Amino acid sequence: MLSKIAKILLMLLLIAPINAERTVPFAEPFFNVCGRAEAFWGQTVELGFDDLYSSVSSRGVVLSDKLRSNEGNSVSMVGFMAPPLTPTINFFVLTREPMSICPFCGSDADWPADIVVVKLDEPVTALPFDSPIKVTGTLELGTEVDAETGFVSLVRIKADNLEAL
Amino acid sequence: MNFLSKKKAMLAAAVLSMSYVVGFHNNSEAAGYMAPQENTIKVLPIDNAKFVQGQIFDFAVEIKNGSSDMNVTVNGKEASKFFGKDSVRKMEGNTAVYRIDDVSFPKAGNITIEVKDGANERSASYTVTNEKSKKRAKNVILFVGDGMSLQARQIARILSKGITEGRYNDLLNMEKMDNVAVVTTSGYDAIVTDSANSASAYATGHKSVVNAMGVYENCTKDPFDDPKVENIIELVKRTRGMATGIVSTSNITDATPAAMVSHTRRRAEQNFIAQTMLEDKHRPDVILGGGSRHFIPMDVPGSKRKDNVDVIKSFEDLGYSFSGTKTELENTPESADRLLGLYQLDNMNVYIDRAVIKNPKVLKGFNDQPGLVEMTEKAIDTLSKNDNGFFLMVEGACVDKQLHVLDWQRAAYDNIELDKAVGVAQKFAAQNEDTLIVVVADHAHGASITGTYHELDGKTGREAVRTYADSKWPTFEDADGDGFPDNPDPAVTLAVQFANHPDCNIDYRFKDVPTPPAIMGKDGKAIANPLTKGEFYAGNIPAKADQEVHAADDVILTAQGPGADYFKGTMDNTEVFFGIVRALGIDGNKNKK
Repeated sequence: MLSKIAKILLMLLLIAPINAERTVPFAEPFFNVCGRAEAFWGQTVELGFDDLYSSVSSRGVVLSDKLRSNEGNSVSMVGFMAPPLTPTINFFVLTREPMSICPFCGSDADWPADIVVVKLDEPVTALPFDSPIKVTGTLELGTEVDAETGFVSLVRIKADNLEAL
Repeated sequence: MNFLSKKKAMLAAAVLSMSYVVGFHNNSEAAGYMAPQENTIKVLPIDNAKFVQGQIFDFAVEIKNGSSDMNVTVNGKEASKFFGKDSVRKMEGNTAVYRIDDVSFPKAGNITIEVKDGANERSASYTVTNEKSKKRAKNVILFVGDGMSLQARQIARILSKGITEGRYNDLLNMEKMDNVAVVTTSGYDAIVTDSANSASAYATGHKSVVNAMGVYENCTKDPFDDPKVENIIELVKRTRGMATGIVSTSNITDATPAAMVSHTRRRAEQNFIAQTMLEDKHRPDVILGGGSRHFIPMDVPGSKRKDNVDVIKSFEDLGYSFSGTKTELENTPESADRLLGLYQLDNMNVYIDRAVIKNPKVLKGFNDQPGLVEMTEKAIDTLSKNDNGFFLMVEGACVDKQLHVLDWQRAAYDNIELDKAVGVAQKFAAQNEDTLIVVVADHAHGASITGTYHELDGKTGREAVRTYADSKWPTFEDADGDGFPDNPDPAVTLAVQFANHPDCNIDYRFKDVPTPPAIMGKDGKAIANPLTKGEFYAGNIPAKADQEVHAADDVILTAQGPGADYFKGTMDNTEVFFGIVRALGIDGNKNKK
């Protein structure tokens, strides 16, 4: 029963009027209701940037148990949205702190290890970069190379909902 | 050379004033100069390039909307005959390309290149040198303070040594050197350089373009097919069998260390750069720094590679001793003569975060990183085992990275750390006095000391910037005598101001956690970071820049040891390479193997 309600809400989210800039909607009252509903059901696990790795060394990082046990589950994370590499791509990088970007890199090379890639159905252009946002969606793990940009990611959230805080 | 071409060459020489005085045109009698003009014929290496006798390079001519039947001569001889190698002629889109790879000029002297394509013609002049210092250096240690402008050095001196009644209590190690020169920094494309372009000038003696290293820029987009020039590591390995090393606090594949080794138009190709370090012709014996993410295979979390090449393992297979922490570096066997040390996935943390504050949220698990001093000591100990001598480049990378984010305190601590590494080199050099030490920046930042800053009388913001007679002494102290101020944020601090900046909030105060001054806002425009405090200053550079940018200001070079006498007056940045080669007495025609 609960999952049916979730599906209906998700459908409503997907068919919700998309503004002229074709952005993922955010901070609309309707979607805040959606966010509260998820918390109420207790199905969404909140992740923090400190939760990502259980160990870190120059030989690589080890994904934490919390992360691995929630692969495929609904999770939420609060962070800052870094500007997309190009305006048209369907993902952005969620960072612990607002970031400035190396002017010479223009690739994934410049990003720190503790980032999360947020995958979207539509390019996002209307979210703020200077205040925190909450991302809710399905957790994906493992190395993936974005076909269009070559961006390598390790931890991803396939977003159902984005919310400016 | 026939009379006509000689006459034209002389005419060109007169117009362009080509004769060299340590890297500059001799303009004493010249009547001014012309504004730069586009020429459809591009000769690579460029006009006025200088070579070490025997230095290997790729020769190329490109003509926009030209014909590949072009006529190319070197000192009057058809180029392929002069070099003794067949040329490759082809069209790249609308551009005609003529190219002969892996050639050299075996004799010192002047070279004239002439290109004719129908009525279209161009000439270029080169100088080939075999100058050798009277007193030779066995070893060379090149210190690059990335972005270490004269003012950055002075800020480091104020913080490290203090000042009493207008006299500094002491100077930095890098300031206690016999020879001083002013060095220009521009590449051949633009007045302001980046670190790849400028390090490339030091590494090859040739100017390049922003983002490029060890190459001239050709007409294609491929970042790996540009005409190459032999770099210092390749040269000393090939001709002398010298040991070589690169040490940096940045990603070891970042611009400055990478330019000592590799050849690419695009510095962001750090995975390629990591892998090319394996190639024998330019494989350094000692590689210490950050940036393991470009060395570990893609399947290992944390990697930035796009393949499953395990570059660390490849080095280990070649006999390299790997260390991933300071403890492991210290425990490297005495017998090891090849070292790979990577102490961070990314850039190493800066001195004050790594060695003083040690905030776990900043270090993010990298709690055991060596410093530049330990890395320099280990590099010298290891490289000095080679009887043929060594070339070592040590970079203080984060002077630049911290000035980019207006964090002059963090920059100063890293500048002091670099100075302590210079001290290690000076101690080594004192043993045999056969080591040339060069300390230079690769470019400047527009950071300047306006005065001091304090809020003791209740004033804040710009009213608390103390100028002229009000700029009473800053209250930094080094009571423990470690060369670093005990507190980066005393009541009276320096009023360091930046000539350029993005939108930002300025409070002159030390930030406990590294915090960028600006972040990218909507529409690709940078905005002041909401996590910063202080007075708002609107940016004065294009809004897309979310960091302070490099300045074209000349930089200071100091040098000591055999061959240091070369460094004096005002010098072109390419002359750093020629000073090093002269000190070593390298003959590019020789092959050790």
